[in-house]
Amino acid sequence: MFPELNNLLNTTPDRAEQGKLTLLCDANTDGSFLVHHFLSFYLKANCKVCFVALIQSFSHYNIVGQKLGVSLTVARECGQLVFLEGLKSSVDVFFRAQAEPHPLQFLREANAENLQPLYEFVREALKPVDDGEAAWRCPVLLVDDLSVLLSLGMGAVAVLDFIHYCRATVCWERKGNIVALVHDSGDTEDEENNILLNGLSHQSHLILRAEGLPTGFCRDVHGQLRILWRTPSQPTTQRDRSLTYQYKIQDRSVSFFAKGMSPAVL
Amino acid sequence: MESVLALRGLVLLRDSVEWEGRSLLKALIKKAALGGEQVHILGCEVSEEEFRAGFDSSINSRLVYYDLFRDPLNWAQTGEALPGGPLGALQAMCKRTDPGPVTVALDSLSWLLLRLPCAALCQALCAMSRQHACRGGGPAAEQLCVLGLLHRELHGPGPTGALSSLAQTEVTLGGTAGQASAHILCRRPRQRPPLETLWFSVLPDLSLDLQGGPPLESQPHPDPHTPQVEPASHLTFNLHLSKREREAKDSLTLPFQFSSEKQQALLRPGPGPATSRIFYEPDAFDDLDPEDPDGDLDV
Repeated sequence: MFPELNNLLNTTPDRAEQGKLTLLCDANTDGSFLVHHFLSFYLKANCKVCFVALIQSFSHYNIVGQKLGVSLTVARECGQLVFLEGLKSSVDVFFRAQAEPHPLQFLREANAENLQPLYEFVREALKPVDDGEAAWRCPVLLVDDLSVLLSLGMGAVAVLDFIHYCRATVCWERKGNIVALVHDSGDTEDEENNILLNGLSHQSHLILRAEGLPTGFCRDVHGQLRILWRTPSQPTTQRDRSLTYQYKIQDRSVSFFAKGMSPAVL
Repeated sequence: MESVLALRGLVLLRDSVEWEGRSLLKALIKKAALGGEQVHILGCEVSEEEFRAGFDSSINSRLVYYDLFRDPLNWAQTGEALPGGPLGALQAMCKRTDPGPVTVALDSLSWLLLRLPCAALCQALCAMSRQHACRGGGPAAEQLCVLGLLHRELHGPGPTGALSSLAQTEVTLGGTAGQASAHILCRRPRQRPPLETLWFSVLPDLSLDLQGGPPLESQPHPDPHTPQVEPASHLTFNLHLSKREREAKDSLTLPFQFSSEKQQALLRPGPGPATSRIFYEPDAFDDLDPEDPDGDLDV
């Protein structure tokens, strides 16, 4: 995890809030550093994590995780991490009997209407352990990323329904958290992606939006991060609801600074 | 905003990601409950526990809550889901309102509009007021208030326009510098809809604090689906011609427009001004050869 980002969000692994949906969004840049941050954050917070990883392999996340101080291999072996490797399992779908349920079953069906099998997988993965030991702090669902489900043929409402049921189970029933990444292509004609992004934005308690600089690529400033705190149900008191910082990604950390205050410029 | 609280019919609360509308919805629910009305809530987007948070126990006991959040599509198959799915739940709610003043809150209309055909949803909303009028013995316009929360980024102009045509009041939420504002449009039959903009805040106990109109320089952002301001309204140059200017323009002969009058004028040397002459003073370096005037050109 990135300590500077924790400072901006005013949180630490010990004081992680519960019952929240965090939306990660990237536009004209790669926001995957945020996924790696939250993965290592919640593993260090001793939470049980179900990671639906549809974009990269397990070893990719593991290599980055090790730079951030967590071992996904150890976490998986001790039962803290349930890892759905989308790239590998998507092939398994076609080589097993059709009657056996699979979380990515929709890949096989011509007219898959919903993501209920994927939801059932998440629900089972984050089921509370009944052996009397409170091993983990709270369940966390991490998804990288939801936009690829649209590319794989699911409709925006089907993905929203999947997150709806995950919120009902993970956030409300089990007081856990959800973190999901959605890409913003900036294409106003991509109605499905816009419905997904806006629909999730309205349900989120925290939105982190990584954007490329409007002036283009820069060696010392890799993008800017906009943080929006929301309270979807409660009236807010006056406080900073939105902050914007620029950032530079380094090998093992990300440094954040106010706009125009990059150390390279000062 | 007081006028909003007094009106009946469909009231659209149009919020955005930056300016959420659920707290205003809850404040209006509290006002209705304190006024002795029945209050029915169809909760789709947040849990019942989260929605009821902030209401005191006397208000909570007056709220009739239909929970469409926990299992809206009956995936759990426990038999606890509301029968008929979202549309069935909406129709069932219409049938259970008692005669008399009632406020129905839909949290949210956007959730329903994404999952139901727009026509079916509009028909259900119309049927709601008809059924209530049949039961109550009084015109539904005075008895029934339907508060619908609508997230304006989610829908295109078609569904939004359809719901707007059914609505008696539209409240568009915005704000600036941390202060929320409400842009209120009331539709009354055969009258020009009045516009009103108010600053407001919802206090932690869900009561409304109204603060009058906004300063001139901070107007709410226009909705992207409403017609934009005329772009030629504040130009520093004139795009239009007066009658005299237009006549002068029409009677003007263009220089390359060849007419018979022009031809005659060119063929007939007129008593015009003397032809122009060119006076040339050669430099010291000029080498003029009258027999070969182009001799100095290196061609």
